[in-house]
Amino acid sequence: MSVGHLFRYVFEPGFFGSGPVHVALAVGAVIAVTSAVVGVFTVTRGQSFAGHSLADISTTGGSAAFLLGVNQFWGFLAFGAGAAAFMEMIGVQRRRGRDVATGVVLGAALGLAALFLYLGTQTSSTTGASFSILFGSIFVITSSTVPALIASALLALATVIVLARMLLLSSLSPDIAAARGVPVRTVGAAFLAALAVSVALSAVIIGAVLSTALLVGPAATALRLAKGPVRATITAACIGVASVWLGIVLAYDSFYWPPAGRGWPVSFFVVMLILAGYLLSYLRRRDSREPARESLDAEQVCSPV
Amino acid sequence: MFTGLMLNTWIAATAVAVIAGVTGFFAVLRGSTFAAHAIPNGAFAGAAGASLLGFNAFAGLAVFSVAGALGIAGLSRRARNDVATALTLVTMLAIGALFVSWSTEYAQEAYSLLFGEVFGVSSDEVLPIVVLGAVSIAAIIVMFRPLMLSSALPEVAEARGVSARRMELAFLLVMALATSMTVPVVGALLMFSLMIGPAAAARSLTARPLLAMALGVAIALVTVWTGIVVSYESNWPLGFFVGIGGAFFFLAGRAYAAGRRRMTVRAAAVA
Repeated sequence: MSVGHLFRYVFEPGFFGSGPVHVALAVGAVIAVTSAVVGVFTVTRGQSFAGHSLADISTTGGSAAFLLGVNQFWGFLAFGAGAAAFMEMIGVQRRRGRDVATGVVLGAALGLAALFLYLGTQTSSTTGASFSILFGSIFVITSSTVPALIASALLALATVIVLARMLLLSSLSPDIAAARGVPVRTVGAAFLAALAVSVALSAVIIGAVLSTALLVGPAATALRLAKGPVRATITAACIGVASVWLGIVLAYDSFYWPPAGRGWPVSFFVVMLILAGYLLSYLRRRDSREPARESLDAEQVCSPV
Repeated sequence: MFTGLMLNTWIAATAVAVIAGVTGFFAVLRGSTFAAHAIPNGAFAGAAGASLLGFNAFAGLAVFSVAGALGIAGLSRRARNDVATALTLVTMLAIGALFVSWSTEYAQEAYSLLFGEVFGVSSDEVLPIVVLGAVSIAAIIVMFRPLMLSSALPEVAEARGVSARRMELAFLLVMALATSMTVPVVGALLMFSLMIGPAAAARSLTARPLLAMALGVAIALVTVWTGIVVSYESNWPLGFFVGIGGAFFFLAGRAYAAGRRRMTVRAAAVA
């Protein structure tokens, strides 16, 4: 089989000519990088639940936006940021208490989502809406949202990069951070805001429920493989982009696959690729005596790379 | 309001509230809020698969919630707990998304699985719900002491030979069992609100475990019963009232605890 054949076998005809595919590849990459970078800090700080909750909560925003007839993206963003502020307000600093506070905010927001979706279906009878809100659809991004998507991605990314040192230090050793004059509480709040923005973004792409995968998966894998925060962040970004792109290719290919003959969801492929990457990362460390940490330690933060 | 189908609703919702109150107490105490969210939510995928293959939804829910519990416990052995939970959850949901994309007229049913269809409980569904509820309660009663010990004082429990890992697995399995019966009634997303809100409120009211558990059950019952009445009158989804009710009781409990603390401080200052 020639290279050309193989190429055509992997990329169905029309893959590179399709407009929605171009947008999906570009936006997908931006979001994968943002989620992966923010994800490294999320995993290190043990805030996966908050990340997932913010994604779920932005579904409420999505359904509110659907009800009001505005672009879903604004709904995602408004509810995500609001919930982040509320969690910070009632959040207790201890990890268990924080998880309970997160859970209560999440529960209330899901109740609201149920109401909005119900009211939405009453007025316009589109039951499919709850579906695109939850599971997303990368091939139907409207080009008018792209600039807003990229701008907010850059904003979240910039926030996290500027705060990187302070964030790592305050999550690994709050006492040392406080002694060095790091405003631990403010830094935590700023991070939660960046997390909300980045999660609202990936919620648009692979759906609110599955955006957790892009946030947590690549970061957890990278933290097992790479040493030091900088290398881990770069590795995470590469894994994220690779999973999204491969997922898009596979979803495009799956168009004629059984049983339904109308394509398998992108989010399914992306999540499966991320999971496969994570499980493969176990293999690499098996023989080493030092167990994988999935985190960083204070020493590495003070002297990165 | 108390005839025919509505009677099923009342029985099923009461059973759900009791089991949610009891398991929620341990979920809050152990800090496994995320698992309490992940198991019902991921089990939804099982119901989607069951409907695709033509099986009973209970079977799908049971298989997926048990698989979720095993997945979380298995991955946690070598990874951080929240990462393990997150990855298990997204995997199950991704499979669910695939199942949903394969079936054609699933959207409405998916909505009711996510948000509950409490007014559609049929008579054949009441019995399995009550039986599964009784089994989960019995399981919790049997392992009450070791579970309590390993939740409150993990180190002491280990020293006495109670394996934290085994306790975690056992608890997750009970949660999975409770989930498979409650999801068709209150929905995957709201089973979680019912577990966490009342239990967290009860914990801020009292420090005594049995009292906190009883209070949690009572608050869950009040939430669900009020929800059913209001939902019946207004036609709005029950999930909305359960979600808001849980948050309301949590905030009320926190306010009460804060007020009492201030009183104690003032009393100490006067003395």
